Amino acid sequence: MRYAIIGAGPSGVVAAETLRARDAQAEIVIVGGEAEPAYSRMAIPYLLAGQIDETGTYLRHTPDHFDKLGIRMVQEQVSTVDTDARRLLLSNGSSLDFDRLLIASGSHPVKPPVAGLDQPAIHHCWTLADARHIAKYASPDSRVVLMGAGFIGSIIMEALVRRKVRLTLVEKADRMVPRMMDQTAGNLIKQWCIGQGVDVRTSTQVDAIDTDPSGSARYLLRTTPSGVIPADLVVVATGVRPTIGFLQGSAIETRLGVLVDDHLQTSVEGIYAAGDVCEGFDWNTGARAIHAIQPVAAETGRLAALNMSGCRTVYTGSLGMNVLDSIGLISTSFGQWQGIDGGDQTQLLDESGYRYIKLQFEEDRLIGAITLGTTEHVGVIRGLIQSRTQLGAWRQRLIRDPSRVMEAYLANAQ
Amino acid sequence: MGWHKKVLRVNLTDGSCNAEPLNMQWAAEYLGQRGLATKYLLEEIDPKVDPLSPENKLIIATGPLTGTMASTGGRFSVITKGALTGAIACSNSGGYFGAELKFAGWDMIIFEGRALSPVYLLIKDDSVELLPADDLWGKSVWETDEILHRRHQDPQLRVAAIGQSGEQGVLFACVVNDLHRAAGRSGVGTVMGSKNLKAVAVRGTQGVKVKDPARFMRVVAEKKQILAENAVTGQGLPTYGTQVLMNVINEVGALPTNNAIDVQFNGASKISGEAMHEVRASDGKSNLVANKACFGCTIACGRISKMDQTHYTVVNRPEYWGASGGLEYEAAWALGAATGVDDLEALTFANFICNEQAFDPITFGSTLGAAMELYEMGLISDAETGGTALKFGSAEALTKMAELVGKGEGFGKVLGLGSKRLCEKYGHPELSMSVKGQEFPAYDPRGIQGMGLTYATSNRGACHLRSYTVASEILGIPEKTDPLATEGKAGLVKAFQDATAAVDSTGLCLFTTFAWSLDDFQPQVDAACDGEWSLERLSEVGERIWNMERQFNLAAGFTGKDDTLPKRLLKDAAKTGPAQGRVNGLDQMLPEYYQLRGWDNAGVPTRETLSKLGL
Amino acid sequence: MMRSLSITPAKCTGCLQCEMACSYENEGVFNPAKSRIKVFVFEHEGRNVPYTCTQCADAWCKNACPTEAIQINAATGAKVINEGLCVGCKVCTIACPFGTVNYNHATGKVIKCDLCGGDPACAKACPTQAITYIDADWTGYDKMRGWAARTDTQSAAQV
Ligand SMILES: Cc1cc2nc3c(=O)[nH]c(=O)nc-3n(C[C@H](O)[C@H](O)[C@H](O)COP(=O)(O)OP(=O)(O)OC[C@H]3O[C@@H](n4cnc5c(N)ncnc54)[C@H](O)[C@@H]3O)c2cc1C
Ligand code: SF4
Repeated sequence: MRYAIIGAGPSGVVAAETLRARDAQAEIVIVGGEAEPAYSRMAIPYLLAGQIDETGTYLRHTPDHFDKLGIRMVQEQVSTVDTDARRLLLSNGSSLDFDRLLIASGSHPVKPPVAGLDQPAIHHCWTLADARHIAKYASPDSRVVLMGAGFIGSIIMEALVRRKVRLTLVEKADRMVPRMMDQTAGNLIKQWCIGQGVDVRTSTQVDAIDTDPSGSARYLLRTTPSGVIPADLVVVATGVRPTIGFLQGSAIETRLGVLVDDHLQTSVEGIYAAGDVCEGFDWNTGARAIHAIQPVAAETGRLAALNMSGCRTVYTGSLGMNVLDSIGLISTSFGQWQGIDGGDQTQLLDESGYRYIKLQFEEDRLIGAITLGTTEHVGVIRGLIQSRTQLGAWRQRLIRDPSRVMEAYLANAQ
Repeated sequence: MGWHKKVLRVNLTDGSCNAEPLNMQWAAEYLGQRGLATKYLLEEIDPKVDPLSPENKLIIATGPLTGTMASTGGRFSVITKGALTGAIACSNSGGYFGAELKFAGWDMIIFEGRALSPVYLLIKDDSVELLPADDLWGKSVWETDEILHRRHQDPQLRVAAIGQSGEQGVLFACVVNDLHRAAGRSGVGTVMGSKNLKAVAVRGTQGVKVKDPARFMRVVAEKKQILAENAVTGQGLPTYGTQVLMNVINEVGALPTNNAIDVQFNGASKISGEAMHEVRASDGKSNLVANKACFGCTIACGRISKMDQTHYTVVNRPEYWGASGGLEYEAAWALGAATGVDDLEALTFANFICNEQAFDPITFGSTLGAAMELYEMGLISDAETGGTALKFGSAEALTKMAELVGKGEGFGKVLGLGSKRLCEKYGHPELSMSVKGQEFPAYDPRGIQGMGLTYATSNRGACHLRSYTVASEILGIPEKTDPLATEGKAGLVKAFQDATAAVDSTGLCLFTTFAWSLDDFQPQVDAACDGEWSLERLSEVGERIWNMERQFNLAAGFTGKDDTLPKRLLKDAAKTGPAQGRVNGLDQMLPEYYQLRGWDNAGVPTRETLSKLGL
Repeated sequence: MMRSLSITPAKCTGCLQCEMACSYENEGVFNPAKSRIKVFVFEHEGRNVPYTCTQCADAWCKNACPTEAIQINAATGAKVINEGLCVGCKVCTIACPFGTVNYNHATGKVIKCDLCGGDPACAKACPTQAITYIDADWTGYDKMRGWAARTDTQSAAQV
């Protein structure tokens, strides 16, 4: 059996290892488009912050890890997938035949429609190569504008603060991390960041980026309504999209991402997708969804590999969840934190203490949550949601005191 | 080491909270908790001060072993001039609060002054805030605990609070922590209430270090083994709690009954530890749910009880259906034998109320017993009690009055004065079963002679926990003495008093002394604390503390004349049981005691004694 | 035979000796806030429940880790944090559905039970044998796993 995997991110690597564990004989190839050892994007902020060096971002640390497992690593872009011939065409002109394929090409940052983005000190923060560029410009006291206060932007913010730059954060929406946090939490995070010395401007749009004619700054950002903001470096984190360009014209069905069924198989038999690139289902609602996060990448990588290697395993959908450290203020969100019509919700808010917890219920089951300012036992929220635990009497207790999630779990599980 | 060497000083008048270094010279002389905090109090207040004035101070203190792995290392004490007694007050509590305070990095908190309006103190490690408590005022301890947990969204927060009784000036209010552990006696909660301080909430993440960790770990493991193998600490206490004593003490004829008119109680077995295990006919469950440990405790004598939901006190009141702190021996005696009530569920309910509204069941039960005697003499009218007949044996009277005292309402206000003031009010001061204003607990000195001297000389007013000679006279620990004899009791009491003062200053629990002697504490203290801690030094610390407390009381206006017992114990002979025909022979013990103490005939420490102890 | 921690909540008195032993073993101080095992107190039922990592066969925390900082100790089967590799991203703290990986603010890394290399301090310290370290077959693991099986996405992968 010849397995090919497109993408050397966590999803592809976990899949390859799972395949190997299941099948000692198979030929396994990972084709990764970057000239780097397999690494983890989400370790990049810690690299920028100076906590680790580049090797610290590597997914695996034993030098001959992949060799030992007999997993061949190819550093080349896939330009076309020929589903009939079961063949990958690579950008260097070579090709690679497979019996089964996993598409784990991840996602890539989107460029906002702003004039003047194609200049040297304006960067996404997505790859190791990006990180090297940013590190060059983000020196202490330099003026840095970060466009986008989504989840990824907020993580990068922390790294930039650690580099001691003078940071301005510009976000189009009315609050920080709008897709992970409600108004209350988003505002609290904003207040906190302002308190930590970051100039946070929400409901602000960047219209264009010019070079500064006076030369005192590298660029001038024209913004509405904040006016002109000078910058020596601009980091753009305004969203990501699944990387599916190379699938154009192939028989593989895509929408925003690669559509998969309940075994992570694409519309083409024997071809699977996992990780950021795959458009699967939301675990809660069953609706089509993309959850571009690390745990989902690893889990779908495993599941896809199991299915590819003949162990039929149902993919029941992915649960959105995030944990964010905004300069020391830690927040999490899980599942349907916005709640549902007819469902109950409960919350506790301690504004001056920067603490907040909000739980969402459907009947007597937990379906989503937001926490702010606590780190203890937060994982159990995921457990309660995904086990569909019927809370019984604990539903009312949680409504009274939502901070008792760990007890609610123990009371029901033991 | 052992100590954090850090004191938190909170001035409630001006709202300031400041850290200051612990006086390590005093720590070397007084160890911690009871001894050290009393030293601070003696140095900082005039012992003559009105206990409820802003000039009184309230100290919450831990010991050097609080928050360590030594068994029972979770104790703390509240030290102040007692509201009930006007004497030195030091009330010791378990639960988790004390250790948490230590983990937050503080050895003690000194509260001074009085807040303009109600406040509570929130401690999260080094961050300390006084916050408004207007919305907590009028709430019970249980409500306060729940509100603070929710407000600060932290299930691990530990709360010590006063209830309504403490707000309303009930003179025997306590400070209750972790819902049902109490710094119970002498009205320390009343002092807290007078300062407009509703609660202290603490969360600590800094931990505690000891001097020689490897040696400490070895020693505490050895000592835990001793506790496990001892019949009392390894079996009796975990199974029956202190309630193991109810039937025992009744049998030796030392269970003060109906305001100490009798020394044996017919209903004793119905309110005993054994009874708490029995399956109830009503619901097929037993009163006792489980035994429970305080922080670090390998004995686990705590009682956790659930009420019978059909009992008249809790029908349609589900807030009392959950498990909570059940009857300990002293409470069962006070709420039961002292009032003649033998309804275990009624006692449990009254005990819940004592915890919920934070007042001392011993003083409450004894005061109610006195009121019942006055009522039966026709001196208290139904009009005064709001229609409740205060008859010995009436469970309704007990539970009704517990609720009234808890809220400081109606006749509860009168009972809230304690038995001394109550009996004076009705013209019969001799009916108060108290010494220095504080009611004695569950051991009748006619049947256990040493306890007479214990009560008479206890520095905080009558109390069993200052020299628990019951251990020797009844249980034979460390060796058996005759409970009906007075010979040798002066020496026994002094030795127990000094050792207890030292133990109370370590951060560990007195109950370990059923199995441990001071020799067992010494290596634990020595491995944890800076300096060298020999047995001699530890004993001397105990004696020094005792004499210092005495000095406080003398300066507060007490004299040797106050070292006495209620007339009933000295004049009315026990009617039944092994002690039948006997009174307490205090006069045979007291002079010898003074002499052994190195005090003059008036009970004042001689200059020699003081200088020997460095006082 | 692989051994594992077995917990019998009914025997727990809530003394927290285990939390102190754990923090002492791992941090060198008595500090329950840093303990890898926690006792949860159910006041109204009078129940105390010690709880820590069950060392799942297929560990959510380990699978979610982006830097291979959670590794398996071959001798004990414990999932162990490699502090050198942990960047403190906290993804494992939300991935573990049992809430037993926690973030340690002081070090900026996560902490979890590592079975003390095969001689768990909590079990040694427990005065009532509520926590024991015994042959894996005898523990309540099956019950635990049964529960885990309801946490669909991954358990499916465990069959
Ligand atoms: C700065 C940053 C911080 C983040 N922080 C978090 C976080 O805290 N928590 C969290 O859950 N997630 C976080 N993420 C998201 C997380 O990193 C992704 O969800 C995860 O990397 C997705 O894994 P993947 O394997 O699906 O895709 P990727 O990691 O994106 O890997 C895709 C791989 O495919 C390769 N590839 C793409 N196209 C081709 C092609 N045509 N030919 C060959 N190879 C190709 C790429 O080069 C890459 O190797 C962060 C991301 C970033 C950038
Ligand atoms: S920390 Fe959680 S996910 Fe990791 S092995 Fe333990 S129980 Fe499993």
